[in-house]
Amino acid sequence: MIEYRSIGKTFADGTEAVGDFSLVLPSRTTTVFVGSSGCGKTTLLRMVNRMVDPSRGQVLIDDVDIATRNRVELRRSIGYVMQNAGLLPHRKVIDNVATVLRLNGVGKKEARDRSYAVLETVGLDTSLATKYPSQLSGGQQQRVGVARGLVSDPNILLMDEPFGAVDPIVREELQTELLRLQRDLDKTIVFVTHDIDEAFLLGDQVVILKKGGEVAQVGSPADILAAPADDFVRSFVGIDKGSRTLHVEERDGVRVVVDGTGKATGVLESS
Amino acid sequence: MSVVNDTVDWFADSSHWSGDDGVPHRLVQHLGYTSLTVLIAAAIAIPIGLWIGHTGRLRGLAVVSSGALRALPTLGVLTYASLFTGIGIKAAIFTLVLLAIPPLLAGAYAGLESVDRQTIDAARAVGMTEWQILTKVEVPLALPLIIGGVRSATLQVVATATVAAYVPGPGGLGRYLIDGLALSDYPRVVAGSVVVIVLALALDGMFVLLQRLALRNRPAAVRTTA
Ligand SMILES: Nc1ncnc2c1ncn2[C@@H]1O[C@H](COP(=O)(O)OP(=O)(O)OP(=O)(O)O)[C@@H](O)[C@H]1O
Ligand SMILES: [Mg+2]
Repeated sequence: MIEYRSIGKTFADGTEAVGDFSLVLPSRTTTVFVGSSGCGKTTLLRMVNRMVDPSRGQVLIDDVDIATRNRVELRRSIGYVMQNAGLLPHRKVIDNVATVLRLNGVGKKEARDRSYAVLETVGLDTSLATKYPSQLSGGQQQRVGVARGLVSDPNILLMDEPFGAVDPIVREELQTELLRLQRDLDKTIVFVTHDIDEAFLLGDQVVILKKGGEVAQVGSPADILAAPADDFVRSFVGIDKGSRTLHVEERDGVRVVVDGTGKATGVLESS
Repeated sequence: MSVVNDTVDWFADSSHWSGDDGVPHRLVQHLGYTSLTVLIAAAIAIPIGLWIGHTGRLRGLAVVSSGALRALPTLGVLTYASLFTGIGIKAAIFTLVLLAIPPLLAGAYAGLESVDRQTIDAARAVGMTEWQILTKVEVPLALPLIIGGVRSATLQVVATATVAAYVPGPGGLGRYLIDGLALSDYPRVVAGSVVVIVLALALDGMFVLLQRLALRNRPAAVRTTA
């Protein structure tokens, strides 16, 4: 369990990225932070592995204040997929992935084998393993980033817009893969995105954020859709645009589902 | 043209290629001064430069003091140092070390500053210690610029190590210049300069190879040039 207790963050230059934020993230579930650019998602995420230290309040993992834990050991125990992939340019793809294992004291051979396996899991051709990051496309680099986050099989996985640079088809593949992994592995995932559809797809708990890390609403996707807290949430999840309000129309005895804009989106089957 | 011909004759004279005052012996002495100086200066300047580059602290001080060191007149320092160490080889090495420090320092901290902040952030995020970040990420990526610093320090010291002949001691290639001037033996002066120049060019070539070697196996996009 991860818990934010009255967290605040003011950066050295005076920017208040997070005002006052409290939340519990239950173990073995996926929590998604969603909000527009600059609202403090990355800042909140990086507090979990102490890449950012809060100015006020505490972050607890399993009831232990992480400020009391050694930062290097804490980081090694948490998987982190960075917003910009963040690969080491002077190391080959395979070594970038294996680095995490080597830091955790895994032997060379085993680290390589496990890294190859996880590259396959994220759908990267193993022929890319011996290339350097700069020789890969942005999407491929992001997948390497995902592989590096997964490779040490951490209990906690932090993912910062991990599918931002891949095309919609690959993104859907990776999302499906992540859902499958989550079913099998039961990790505590903290996922950041600015895409509400991705948030609803992946999140058990979705946190809609406003500027300064202010919580607009927390809940399951169904809860949020059923009872949006305010106009901000209504417009953010797209209820106002009509794409989320569906109704059924009869056409030649078939029940067609139509959204608020009049666009047909599917057919209702009787169960 | 006579100086050129006389210089060619000087090189052709086999007596100038053997014995204590022969070219090979003087060359070895000169290389000895140079490497001793660069080693001492590197042992002082590179750790300081890496610390400044890694922490970002005292950078201003390093820039100012490097500038001041560069501005020092070599012969003035040699004279001043001789007041403390006595007139001798120690004073010469001390002077040369001061000369070699600024380029070494600059190569080290500028090299580290050239490393992308996001790369360092990523290394920290996967759980590298600060020492691992320095040795496994920053120094490898900064290596071309660090070697660049050693290269310019070495070239400056090779050229300036001729001052070692002003003080009693082995002397090095500077002997040809100082003795030649004292005796108005100009072919000897020119020959001495030519040997210094050839040595400098050879060392420069060696460093070019070293810098290439530091970048071997890396794709072009990763290479930073010195
Ligand atoms: N190191 C820093 N120093 C100063 N200000 C910062 C720093 N990091 C972030 N900020 C500021 O804090 C605010 C929140 O930044 P953060 O990176 O958390 O946003 P985000 O929600 O992740 O945005 P995006 O979707 O664009 O990635 C922004 O206004 C940003 O400019
Ligand atoms: Mg962000």
